[in-house]
Amino acid sequence: MKLDTNTINKIAKLARISLSEEEANDLLKDMNSILDWVEQLNEVNTESVEPLANISSSTLPQRKDEAKDINSSDEVLKNSPDKLEGYFAVPKVVE
Amino acid sequence: MEIKSINQLKSLLDENKISVKEIAQTYIKKIKEKKDLNIFIYFDEDKINDQVKEIEKLPNNKKLKGIPIAVKDLFCTKNMPTTAASKILENFNPTYESFVTQKLINEGSLFVGKTNLDEFAMGSATNTSYFGNTINPLSNKDNPLAPGGSSGGSAAAVAADLCLGSTGTDTGGSIRQPASFCGVVGIKPTYGLCSRWGIAAFASSLDQAGIFSKNVTDASILLEEIAGHDERDSTSSNVAIPNYSKKFNSDLTGKTIGIPKEYTVDGISDEINAVWEDAIKSLEKKGARIKHISLPHTKYALPTYYIIAPAEASSNLARYDGVKYGFRADEAKSLDEMYEMTRSEGFGKEVKRRILIGTYVLSAGYYDAYYLKAQKVRKLIANDFVETFKECDLILTPTAPSAAFPLNEKQDDPIKMYLNDVFTVPASLAGIPGISIPYGKDKNGLPLGMQLLGKHFNEQEVFNAAFALEKDYE
Repeated sequence: MKLDTNTINKIAKLARISLSEEEANDLLKDMNSILDWVEQLNEVNTESVEPLANISSSTLPQRKDEAKDINSSDEVLKNSPDKLEGYFAVPKVVE
Repeated sequence: MEIKSINQLKSLLDENKISVKEIAQTYIKKIKEKKDLNIFIYFDEDKINDQVKEIEKLPNNKKLKGIPIAVKDLFCTKNMPTTAASKILENFNPTYESFVTQKLINEGSLFVGKTNLDEFAMGSATNTSYFGNTINPLSNKDNPLAPGGSSGGSAAAVAADLCLGSTGTDTGGSIRQPASFCGVVGIKPTYGLCSRWGIAAFASSLDQAGIFSKNVTDASILLEEIAGHDERDSTSSNVAIPNYSKKFNSDLTGKTIGIPKEYTVDGISDEINAVWEDAIKSLEKKGARIKHISLPHTKYALPTYYIIAPAEASSNLARYDGVKYGFRADEAKSLDEMYEMTRSEGFGKEVKRRILIGTYVLSAGYYDAYYLKAQKVRKLIANDFVETFKECDLILTPTAPSAAFPLNEKQDDPIKMYLNDVFTVPASLAGIPGISIPYGKDKNGLPLGMQLLGKHFNEQEVFNAAFALEKDYE
């Protein structure tokens, strides 16, 4: 057992996902079995192996640093659940 | 008049034997008849008819004029909503068009609708969708089967003849496995061949767009159109895209095809192994030399994938916060509470599980032990292929460890579900191209798939061998 309920709740807080007690228990079981299963990677000797972050063989080309008009704020705001005078609106942050 | 392939439909259009409007009507009718299979998340007759008016104005030399295409609902489309099969993106109308769908529109494709998938492409059965399961069109009435996943709707749309081709995305097998389950062709090209711009991100170092179709020629025609460089995706490659189908060569003389011993795993049915044998014999008859090879790190591919993919997902899915688009929980009293309630109500179980695993493996104190370790093993898996391709041109394996399984088969063990991707994940980690073609059937008459893997950016070679094998069942 790698994770306990406290750890699950701490991770859930980091991920901004609130869990009911039942959900936390379910996830605890699943996540522990997944973490036990991935343990087998420790059998592999990775000494002096470079981590692979990007498989793409292409080099990153440079482009001109030019402003492009691709989104209008009106259109973007249309998708927002709450907006106010051209801004996204959220619950009050400061009293 | 039966519509069978892209080239045939193009000829019918050229000879004025069918109009774009008639094509649209034909497919609208078919889609309505198959409504019970729940293949589409979005289908709107008016939107199809609007496109017909625009497409009719296009010259006939547009390569895909009037060709009916279904789009996985992970691609942002300006004229149709995009949900990623998640409640959290309900009512999202993108303000832009994805690179891949824009290329298809530019050549005159007719989009018939947006297809169902596993939520944010996380799954292997199209059963984690907020909009319900898709049913495999090859099922009997009393035994509904899964279409595979995550691009199950797109595979099913081709299998049910509701389009000639469809777009998919493949992160660990999400094109090849459903293609195998539904008896259609599915190609995942080399990582970087198609731009990821405008595709809702799952695991960015693995995500790649691809195609489903009825045959290898159609897959190659469509892939040729959606490939290409895009400066908005920094991993998009600037390579020349061949006219694949013009260069098809089904004579495999001089080609070496590798058969990896690690793909003979426990629990695989004799039927699949027998079909694999058949395919090997057929390739030999077509001139290829068969070489038994070893990809020694294969068994570590799945655990590596299930660290890397959730880690990247936890980061990519941080953007769904209820502020800018989609669903927002409305009773929250503070900003933090809004984030937490929105995300716990907006995401489904599998997505939450993966976000939490990803958050854990990236968290302080665990990063080196899990994420960095997985990236190092990934390097060894990729190197296996680099070494093998020094002595082989292609690799042949089964696509999936089983034929389509029953829809309501119990899925309470996530690891058992993840094993569906055992043959497809290694190629994803290595970023190499892979195709699945239907090849043979099991005792219940369900299709089985064979997978051909090739070198980076050598889709031509993959298509050639697939084209040669396809002839065995014509």
